[in-house]
Amino acid sequence: MAKNNSSNDIFDRMLTIDRRWIFILLAIVVVTVYIIEPTVPVLVTREVQQLYDHIESLKEGDVILLAMDYDPSTLAELHPMTYTVLKQCFKKKVKVLVTALHQNGPGMADQALRETVAIHEAATGDTLEYGRDYVFLGYKPYPAIVINSMGQDFHISFPADYYNTSIDSLPLTQRVHNLTDLDAIINISGTSATDYWIAYGAAAYNVPLGIGVTGVMATDYYPYLQAGRIFGLMGGLKGAAEYEQLADNVGRATAGMAMQMWAHVLIIFFIVLGNVGYFMTRNRTGKE
Amino acid sequence: MRRQFPLALVFIIGSFIGIQEFIPLDWAKSLKGFLLDWTIVIGVFAMALGLWSLTKVSMDKISKKSDDWQYSIVTLAGLASMMGFSMYSWATGGIENALSGYMFTQFFDYVMVPIQATMFSLLAFFIASAAYRAFRARSILASLLLVAAIIVMLRVVYLGDLSTPINAMADWIINVPNLAAKRSILIGVGLGMVATALKVILGIERTYLGRD
Repeated sequence: MAKNNSSNDIFDRMLTIDRRWIFILLAIVVVTVYIIEPTVPVLVTREVQQLYDHIESLKEGDVILLAMDYDPSTLAELHPMTYTVLKQCFKKKVKVLVTALHQNGPGMADQALRETVAIHEAATGDTLEYGRDYVFLGYKPYPAIVINSMGQDFHISFPADYYNTSIDSLPLTQRVHNLTDLDAIINISGTSATDYWIAYGAAAYNVPLGIGVTGVMATDYYPYLQAGRIFGLMGGLKGAAEYEQLADNVGRATAGMAMQMWAHVLIIFFIVLGNVGYFMTRNRTGKE
Repeated sequence: MRRQFPLALVFIIGSFIGIQEFIPLDWAKSLKGFLLDWTIVIGVFAMALGLWSLTKVSMDKISKKSDDWQYSIVTLAGLASMMGFSMYSWATGGIENALSGYMFTQFFDYVMVPIQATMFSLLAFFIASAAYRAFRARSILASLLLVAAIIVMLRVVYLGDLSTPINAMADWIINVPNLAAKRSILIGVGLGMVATALKVILGIERTYLGRD
């Protein structure tokens, strides 16, 4: 009888674990994995492969627009995507225009550009010239309106770049007038700007669009992927890690995958625990 | 007149923006570009309005010593210091250095970035706790949700040979039932947007005019 009571007590506890225990265990798991740094194999999904293949298929001198529409809150998931795409483009000698249509994004975009240019130059010995190989257009408010007006003329939305240089004086922006002059748009976003790029950028002007979004946003964009409105999709840290694998540029996303994996394992463990407790107490209630 | 003029303006401009997509002439595109530029200009004024509003609300809270008024001091100090750093860099190094000055960058990189990243990271803890409580197999539909959630979560967990079938199942969940639900929502939202736009253009929906 006493044994039955104690097992019933355990199942009751399984149902009502204090959330502070969940928080503590999750913190311990994440910190431990961060310290141990185990490597986790990452399987590449079709949508990430498609994105990589499309950028790989671009020729030297082609121009892409990299739209970085995120702020520091989603930096951990999205910054690795930006770095890898930029490195791949520079390696392939693809010209890059960069915009940051989130008010907290321009500083990060500027930093990412400077760092990837420095990394590329140190690794290859090539020199990338601002204005010829890449241009940072900066920020303007109202992404939907800006994208719409870029479809007509970049020079209306961005008469000057982020550093206040007239874009008429830069060789790259002299030959790119609107979205139809681009060979692809890559939107890396933690905001609804992706919807605007799909509707007002890619669909309206028939420019190929690939996207990288946060994990929670990714499922929203599968309808566009299946319909061919976007040619590829990176979703969250896993998407970024897959892209790093493909680009042979193992970095922060791949390192973060181990933490994400073990955090998921812990969450699944708690879900299973809660359900075991639920079924055992439900059966007991039925018998009574 | 105070009501008729804005209604007429919305009707003319709204109808033009709608039909200009079907007018393949340069003047239509130029006019659309001109109108869109106006929106950006209005956006800049909205920023100034936001700045004034934030300052006023924070000052009111401090002067009245409302609940948590101390946080308003931090808000105003943050606002003033970032604007001050930026303007100093602008004054000393030109507008191209306004957002890349030393102090501005230091505060952005070592205050703003960690604060925002921390706020977003907290989500992981709340999701873990919420998942434990919410995913209970109480009914057939709840069980389906539970199984689907576990399969999709296992997508990021490497399980050796088991990963391939689990990934295939997760892909099916994302590409078939998820897609069907998302599509129907998108179509519903799209139709709703068209209906709302028509109501505004035709003057049926007038709440944007205010109560006067």
